[in-house]
Amino acid sequence: MARSTTRGQAFGPQGRPPGSAEHYAALRDSPDFRELRARFRRFVFPMTAAFLAWYLLYVVCSAWARDFMGSKLVGVVNVAFVFGLLQFVSTFLIAWLYARHARSTLDPLADRVARDADARRTGRGEA
Amino acid sequence: MSDVQAQPLAAAASDVTGGQRGLTVALFLAFVALTLYITLRASRQTKTAADFYAGGRSFSPVQNGLAIGGDYMSAASFLGIAGIIALFGYDGFLYSIGFLVAWLVALLLVAELLRNSGRYTMADVVAFRMRQRPVRVAASVSTIVVSIFYLLAQMVGAGALVALLLGISADNDAAKALTIVVVGLLMIFYVTVGGMKGTTWVQIVKAVLLMTGTTLITILVLAWVGFSVNELLDRAAERSGKGEAFLEPGLRYATEASGLTGKLDLLSLGLALVLGTAGLPHILIRFYTVPTARDARRSVNWAIGIIGVFYLMTIALGFGAAAFVGSSAIAEQNPGGNTAAPQLARSVGDHFFGDTGGTVLLAVIAAVAFATILAVVAGLTLASSSSFAHDIYASVLKDGQAGEGQEVRVARVSAFVIGAVAIVLSIFAQNLNVAFLVALAFAVAASGNLPAILYSLFWSRFNTSGAVWSIYGGLVSAVTLVIFSPVVSGKETSLFKDTDFSWFPLDNPGIVSIPIGFLCGWLGTVLSKERDDVKYAELEVRSLTGHGAEGAASH
Repeated sequence: MARSTTRGQAFGPQGRPPGSAEHYAALRDSPDFRELRARFRRFVFPMTAAFLAWYLLYVVCSAWARDFMGSKLVGVVNVAFVFGLLQFVSTFLIAWLYARHARSTLDPLADRVARDADARRTGRGEA
Repeated sequence: MSDVQAQPLAAAASDVTGGQRGLTVALFLAFVALTLYITLRASRQTKTAADFYAGGRSFSPVQNGLAIGGDYMSAASFLGIAGIIALFGYDGFLYSIGFLVAWLVALLLVAELLRNSGRYTMADVVAFRMRQRPVRVAASVSTIVVSIFYLLAQMVGAGALVALLLGISADNDAAKALTIVVVGLLMIFYVTVGGMKGTTWVQIVKAVLLMTGTTLITILVLAWVGFSVNELLDRAAERSGKGEAFLEPGLRYATEASGLTGKLDLLSLGLALVLGTAGLPHILIRFYTVPTARDARRSVNWAIGIIGVFYLMTIALGFGAAAFVGSSAIAEQNPGGNTAAPQLARSVGDHFFGDTGGTVLLAVIAAVAFATILAVVAGLTLASSSSFAHDIYASVLKDGQAGEGQEVRVARVSAFVIGAVAIVLSIFAQNLNVAFLVALAFAVAASGNLPAILYSLFWSRFNTSGAVWSIYGGLVSAVTLVIFSPVVSGKETSLFKDTDFSWFPLDNPGIVSIPIGFLCGWLGTVLSKERDDVKYAELEVRSLTGHGAEGAASH
């Protein structure tokens, strides 16, 4: 693995061709990209674990906790009905949270890395 | 869906009158005429491979969000779920919730990364840093198998359904076969002539029709009960003949009678539904039809909104059908409950607008169901033919040396061949209970495709043998377990009632085959020395930033 952290250096014809292995390795090791990856994973991995656990809890309750699911809350509306609707609510909520996180945090970082990448390709150093 | 038509239907819709049949056929023909026109227009803008496979990557997030909905919401979602709720009450929820939550997997882990790193097919991402041939063949085999399963379930269902909606006797095999042929020829036309552009527009039109029709009936149902959910549930429970149990889980799935096996089966089904969507090839290729990964994210968000609202409405339709048509009247018409939504349309029409209103609403819902089937089968045909042309023909047979025009020609021919195969198989299977094939398609996608896609995107060590093992491991284990399950033999409801070679107790293989798929992927990887850190660096950067990703085609 070639690790290149040189920046702002012009590459002549003998330099790294665009899209070369070093080009991507250098990008991957850049602080901006590491932060982008960390922030992406810090959001999506726990969130995935959370919604899968929440969904499986619903399925398990539907199979194994019939009495609990059948207990009435308001009129004939029972826990099962509300639990089901909450799955819809949580899905909409997580989709909205992710969209917001991506817009405010991930997109600007991704743009920075992409600009940096283009700059390295054209050999003018960082934009 | 485990309940969608395909079982021999009860004496068909006796109350379908001549005038009503005429109106239904007229609406069918109007939809066909509109979609043929759209397809012909799209064909004029389909020149390159990017046009044929990915619609020129030029659709907007809203358009693609609608098309994803059109691709995803099958007749099983529309008629099947409403029917299960109408007959068994609460248990229909389990399907709609699994089908919806699954989209979070697609949104958080797959959609954007796939759009950034792939071009046309699922295999592009899985084979990114692998030896091309074995991985592309595996991904293509899996794509074609999943799509054919799904296609068969849809087309056999369509034959039975259209017969039912037109009031043709369910024993009339010739009429059902004719329906299958017509549906098959239309889907072949959409795909071969219109490519991804034509198919996408068919799906958009279908989504708009489906949402409009469903919203209309839902509002009428709610208006009937004075917009009181409590009143609707109360009446549904009363007319179902099941009382309060109708509002609780357990009338249909994991019943007390089925004991532990039934409960595990339900969990197994739930897993396949929630993990299957992000591995369905015809869904994955929809992420390529937008200009950027951010548009892929936005389209999935639109899709979640559209699909979520739709499933909420099917709950109202199901309980409405139980309340205003009555479970016994629905079961009489069709034991699987597939006529619940059309029958409800008739009842609310009659109630609010008199006899003519009932006739018109029933015809509208029948036409919407027909449009629904067509859009889904077109998406499936496109996914499988794209995969054959791009992954097997261009990459393996021609070693990447095929010209673009040649590749698109092969894609068109394979759409024709796959469509023809699906027609023939569906005609042979038209009186078999093949509805389980949808659940099997989801199980295969979750067991084989999803592990391969997730490992590819997130595991640096992953390699060729891991990819091949996970796809084949998941595919073979899911299919094998179903072959030896009560779905295929040993029960009154099985595919083959008279023999019994079942040793696997569950109808749904997911709880076993999904871990097998993930395990095979891990084992195959660690048993092989191959490792390509250089390509993985490129994949990581590309997938998260879009640097080097395919741009939109400009015309």
